[in-house]
Amino acid sequence: MVAVRLLGSMRSAIGGAEMVEVEAANTIQMLNALKREYPVLTDIIEGGVSVAIDGLVYENAWFTEIKPDSEVVIMPLMKGG
Amino acid sequence: MALDDTKRDFKVIGQRVVRPDGIDKVTGKAQYGADLILPGMLWGAVVRSPHAHAKILKIDASEALKLDGVEAVVTRADFVEQKGDNFADNLDNIMAGKKALYDGHAVAAVAATSQRLANKAAKLVKVEYEILPHVTEVDEAMKADAPVLHEGRKYTGAPAGSGPNVTHYQDYGHGDLDAGFAKADMVIERSFKSEGVHQGYIEPHACVANYNTDGRGETWVCTQGPFMIRDFTAAFNGFNISQVRVTPSEIGGGFGGKAHIFIEPVAAALSKKTGRPVKMAMTRSEVLRATGPTISGHIDVKIGMKKDGTITAGYLGMRAQGGAYPSGTVDMATQAAFAAYDLENVKSEGWNVVTNRPKEAAYRAPGAPLGVWGVESVLDELCQELNLDPMEVRIKNAAKKGTKSSYGPTFDDMGLLTALEAAKAHPHWNAPLDGPNKGRGLSCGFWFNFGGATSVSLQINSDGTASVTEGNPDIGGSRASISMMAAETLGLPFEKVRTIVADTNSIGFNQETNGSRVTFAVGLATIKAAEAAIKVMCGRAAKIWGIDEEAVDWVDGAAVPSGPNAGDFPPMTLAEIAKVAVQTGGPIAGHHEVTADGAGVSFGVHIADVEVDPETGKTTVLRYTAFQDAGKAIHPDYVEGQMQGGAVQGIGWALNEEYIYGADGRLQNDGFLDYRIPVASDLPMIDAVILEIPNPGHPYGVRGVGETGIVPPLAAIGNAVSRATGVRMTKLPMSPPTVLKAIS
Amino acid sequence: MSKLHVTTTINGDSREFLCEPEDTLLDALRNTLGLTGAKEGCATGDCGACSVTVNGRLVCSCLMLAAEAEGQEIDTIEGMADHDKLHPLQKHFLEGAALQCGICTPGFLVAAKALLDKNPDPTETEIRYHLAGNLCRCTGYDKIIRAVQNAAAEMRGA
Repeated sequence: MVAVRLLGSMRSAIGGAEMVEVEAANTIQMLNALKREYPVLTDIIEGGVSVAIDGLVYENAWFTEIKPDSEVVIMPLMKGG
Repeated sequence: MALDDTKRDFKVIGQRVVRPDGIDKVTGKAQYGADLILPGMLWGAVVRSPHAHAKILKIDASEALKLDGVEAVVTRADFVEQKGDNFADNLDNIMAGKKALYDGHAVAAVAATSQRLANKAAKLVKVEYEILPHVTEVDEAMKADAPVLHEGRKYTGAPAGSGPNVTHYQDYGHGDLDAGFAKADMVIERSFKSEGVHQGYIEPHACVANYNTDGRGETWVCTQGPFMIRDFTAAFNGFNISQVRVTPSEIGGGFGGKAHIFIEPVAAALSKKTGRPVKMAMTRSEVLRATGPTISGHIDVKIGMKKDGTITAGYLGMRAQGGAYPSGTVDMATQAAFAAYDLENVKSEGWNVVTNRPKEAAYRAPGAPLGVWGVESVLDELCQELNLDPMEVRIKNAAKKGTKSSYGPTFDDMGLLTALEAAKAHPHWNAPLDGPNKGRGLSCGFWFNFGGATSVSLQINSDGTASVTEGNPDIGGSRASISMMAAETLGLPFEKVRTIVADTNSIGFNQETNGSRVTFAVGLATIKAAEAAIKVMCGRAAKIWGIDEEAVDWVDGAAVPSGPNAGDFPPMTLAEIAKVAVQTGGPIAGHHEVTADGAGVSFGVHIADVEVDPETGKTTVLRYTAFQDAGKAIHPDYVEGQMQGGAVQGIGWALNEEYIYGADGRLQNDGFLDYRIPVASDLPMIDAVILEIPNPGHPYGVRGVGETGIVPPLAAIGNAVSRATGVRMTKLPMSPPTVLKAIS
Repeated sequence: MSKLHVTTTINGDSREFLCEPEDTLLDALRNTLGLTGAKEGCATGDCGACSVTVNGRLVCSCLMLAAEAEGQEIDTIEGMADHDKLHPLQKHFLEGAALQCGICTPGFLVAAKALLDKNPDPTETEIRYHLAGNLCRCTGYDKIIRAVQNAAAEMRGA
């Protein structure tokens, strides 16, 4: 299981929990698991999110490995100038 | 081949070479967006709404089309309607549908045989409007009974019970704010207000489109994103992406504002309709009225501090407007706000609202300067009230490796403390500042930095040189730094490498030149492409020597046997291998395609000295020093240039620049005379101090440097003006009337 | 609508062109004569990107009518280098990295040359005020001012 720190809007959507645990070994498995276990998050995830794994922010990286003790944070999709 | 080791001993990198596009640019030969002239070319002009909010009832172009030399008119009906918010909003922004949503919104376009005739014809297009109530201010737009921009549209990101223009809410943070504030010896709360500012690139948007009725054609355009232009142009005109070729011209500044689509699909539509090339170039007024300024709005900050300078809790809330379409930039303002500090209790939250203003566009570290301005201003005031050294307080609370950031992830290696220590030791910080009406301000700044989808191709030429092909328009000297990284990897001198920015058919997909990504991501892909070519060259040497490929290393631009057991051969240089490439198996090249991650966060620290004239309220910047972690500065001149340019854009934002809307919802200052960006006589020299804390995510340690420089100046100047006047500044810009009002 | 015939000297060469009465000199240079080194940043005389000299005097070519070029000597960025030899200002802009995007560079070079032609040893303040009509959004002006100082020193033989 990996602990995922949710984006603020996700926390309110599922009733306030800051962290949730899902079974996943990479980014896409983690996002799919979130959608499966919390269907209310589907719109937010499919609208586009970034994922920070152990301090590095990934925009589009399905297969980035997530270890059981990895720090995983969902962030909004971001853009530079 | 030990090529993946992080390299620290450089031959080319770190030199201050003359940029390869330099002579073209000092002799007037360099070709920008508006410089291309094609045979048979027409000129296009856009008909724009003079109203901030109006229904478009009827468009009658018959009078315009009667003019001799007027060849075509296009309206929304000439474009393919789009699905999905991003494509649909962008189409609606470049050509209005049922409603015009801001002063300057495009409603039609014409093509004629000369620029003057096109402008004349545009004035003859009769548009019948039903004027609607408009709203340009954030707090007005948030109300339940505000004029509604997009009737019936549901925004999934808006909290329940929001007004009809609220599109988005998000919050960040950790810990317990109430407990944190309870521990503080002093808590200060302040509300801040900013106005919209524009990127202010000197080159207006311009392009030449040349399409045929079969949907095949080309666009020449000044843009940060040729692939973005290609994809939108194809979608809006019903073309197949493979038939659209976009060639980026030289680009006269962008700062995020040219990472968006505006006139390009319109020029393509006019070209398709006439079968002739069509040039379009915006006027300065069009640039200011219809292309992207920043988000702007209200920022509430509350910070608690102990007497010893420890921050116990921090809160920031921002209500932002991002123009006529939904924007997520407020998220970056709120995430960046407290990023420089290691805090137990922190929360930031932001709302975005649509208003009758042009669609917000990215501007250098989008959003971050505003959030950081609010936080750094209140921190400075706490230091004043508690009689603490503002530098020591920042050092005490600074985020470092292992800090759980205010926006979630834990930081890796980064250079904030190094920058603060360098600033503390710098002569500027320690110089006396004597005399009345003077003040010294300090601010930290932060930007995330991005990587993204990147493609690079590299060929080894028969004379022992290398050609690099990449797809990211060069805004600030990146062809020099890319050539330097290729030369370093291959073991060639800089002069033997040339890098070009290719058209969209000649290289794989690339994200826009934005997010401080080019030197990092294109550099990374270039190093990998060079390594791929090196692998081929080692293979060729192995064949020639009759030994195993694994027994060949690449050292200083030559193949060498990896050890005494591999054989006794003298080094075979790149030129020697290149000369026989065709005979030994074929042309030698390398390429690399990647979605680059690991960009590595960027921090900076700025110090500003100002003098405020108490009679006029005018602020003069006396001295300015910027410190920034570049990871590894590939070309130090252009790193300094990014820091200096960012600082001065920030100084303009702090002191002069603002969008001023009249009660009629029209932009009042749509020219460079009244939208006043800094000029040479407004400024001192900008000292730039580069620090190098290598980024573990790049083979040579590079961090993007493009954006962070604009983040600290708002607060550095604001804190200096506040200390000079004894009055806390809470409104941008701190123009003379604003300062005079605050101090009298 | 008949066009005006204009005879003028541009970068030392005699040139003739036709223009509409309302065409600016910038229009004629860029669209008729193919001299696109002068840029249009504002068309209102506020940015200096279109700077040229007319009989040695610095002007914004967007504010001058093309017809007014009759009989005048116009110098543009295209005439600044002496064939293959760069002017010291051009050389120092390159060596000092005084340009990033480069769109304002032709205007700055023409304006700086006009200054140094009259005042070979300007102070930093004089340079800053003389160039205050030229907007640069990339550099923060620091390296531009230094490049002008260095070129002036070289031209004085200092």
